[in-house]
Amino acid sequence: VKEHQTEIIIAGAIFLFVSILGFVASRWKRPATMAHLDEWGLGGRQFGSWTTWFLVGGDLYTAYTFVAVPALLFASGATGFFAVPYTVIIYPMVFVVLVRLWSVSHKNGLVTPADFVRVRSGSSTMALLVAITGIVATMPYIALQLVGIEAVLKAMHVNPTWALIVAFAILAAYTYSSGLRAPALIAFVKDLLIYVVIIVAIIYIPYKLGGYHKIFDAAQTKMANAKTPSSTLLTPVNQWNYITLAFGSALALFLYPHSVTGVLASRSRNVIKRNMSALPAYSLLLGLIALLGYMAIAAKTKPIVTGGKPDGNTVVPVLFDQMFPHWFAGIAFAAVAIGALVPAAIMAIAAANLFTRNIYVEYFKRDASHAEQTTVSKIASLVVKAGAVVVILSISPQFSIDLQLIGGVIILQTLPAVAVGLYTNWLHRWGLVLGWIAGMGLGMWMLYQIPNPATNHKHFGGSAFALSKFHFDPTSIGLNAKTTVYVGFVAVLANLLVAIIISLLCKLVRLPDGVDTTSPDDYTHDPQRAAAPSVPTQPTGAELPEPAPTT
Amino acid sequence: LLIPVVVPLVTVLYNGNNPYLFGFPRFYWLQLAFIILGVGTTTFVYQKTKDRGDRS
Repeated sequence: VKEHQTEIIIAGAIFLFVSILGFVASRWKRPATMAHLDEWGLGGRQFGSWTTWFLVGGDLYTAYTFVAVPALLFASGATGFFAVPYTVIIYPMVFVVLVRLWSVSHKNGLVTPADFVRVRSGSSTMALLVAITGIVATMPYIALQLVGIEAVLKAMHVNPTWALIVAFAILAAYTYSSGLRAPALIAFVKDLLIYVVIIVAIIYIPYKLGGYHKIFDAAQTKMANAKTPSSTLLTPVNQWNYITLAFGSALALFLYPHSVTGVLASRSRNVIKRNMSALPAYSLLLGLIALLGYMAIAAKTKPIVTGGKPDGNTVVPVLFDQMFPHWFAGIAFAAVAIGALVPAAIMAIAAANLFTRNIYVEYFKRDASHAEQTTVSKIASLVVKAGAVVVILSISPQFSIDLQLIGGVIILQTLPAVAVGLYTNWLHRWGLVLGWIAGMGLGMWMLYQIPNPATNHKHFGGSAFALSKFHFDPTSIGLNAKTTVYVGFVAVLANLLVAIIISLLCKLVRLPDGVDTTSPDDYTHDPQRAAAPSVPTQPTGAELPEPAPTT
Repeated sequence: LLIPVVVPLVTVLYNGNNPYLFGFPRFYWLQLAFIILGVGTTTFVYQKTKDRGDRS
């Protein structure tokens, strides 16, 4: 333990500083009252370009991503790099979609994606399905953030159980008091730390290992000679999986309630647009972080073994521990741990908002006041976090990883109701509901069929589905016989197909559709223009918090 | 906006080693380069649409 003392002290000090920041955040651009869901749950809908960039960046590129993506490259090679095309194509894809969502939400006071479905499709059933899907998909994601922290704690040889409980208790406390302002403020510190650590890592580590060429060669050699051979390039078998996984994941990302929360907290349409071109900076970071997996191979890093199984997620922290001086490793560990707190807070807020708006208000108390809604949300956020801690400590982390895998597939099934809904209300409410059921059913069945040879699980072992299991011969359309595709992609296609067919049927028999209470103008609504048409966009420097002492 | 979505999904473009750039095989440096493609297009569209924001 002694050799890790410096690391623990430095990481602990930074963590403490950030916690204080979290509590102070409630005073940041203080509103007249915090007892309104727009304030607690959306930070007052006033974040400018910079804040949004840090907030959404911290929200989407989580600590788990930073730990798991290199771990994936470390273990399976090129497939893991799908994260890069995935996070490149996402922004042009959602560029025009999100501004519509922002406008309609701003105009109608919507807080969650399920709120939107409620007013658009006029179906409380579909809104409830979207809300439940959102909560179920988000919960394991929060738990996974703990996996990120756990990996760091293991690398420092700290007993993870108590440290995790303390970290999450602090997190829960400041989220409770400050709402979305806390992660927004902390995101500044977190990103600063992450950028510094990564820039140093991608220059310093290859320098010590003899250059990138050597690193890639070492990775290729090791993978070609492994028991289950893989490669630093794609093979005919996984190529289609790579494409559909990148595309499907991109479709799913902004359907997650926490991404929507980040977007709705921004001040204007232009803020969102500007962010769509600025956020890919994080993708570059992610791509470089991914390569840490290969560096770990070249550095002969051994993941920490727990309970007889090597924990792949520890490769990056162990690599840092191995390569960096102790004090810098401490900073790096703090960066990862804080990187987990930001998204965990936003996700808990998003899940709590879903519960409040679409379950509590809808089904229990129609006339709940804003203050009451906020209280319910605050308590729900505590429950969500406590649940995540219990899950991660009592059930194996593998369970969360499997759940998160399922989460990506199921959140995709809200695409017809949310994303398609932003463009047209043509799909009938029952078409949406039955499409959702079809997509869910098929997705679950496909996931159930996938074994994981590494952990000896027969089911839910991954998201790459062999086409041959459809009793369909891929070679008949010129593909490799073992071609795999991403489950979510197939499931959402089925979902859309069913939704369209049922909608047609419903229209044929003139089954009454739900009432759409939004007007076409709502989707292009821009309060800035409405108020003062010629005013240029506000400069954003003024909204930066007081310069915080950086460590 | 379609270009930066489709190009990074065409694996034949980048699924190879040569040419190397700073020791990175093509698979890696070219996909990282696509980020610039994405940023370029979205920035362009943003500049084109910010004044009449409803046309985007």
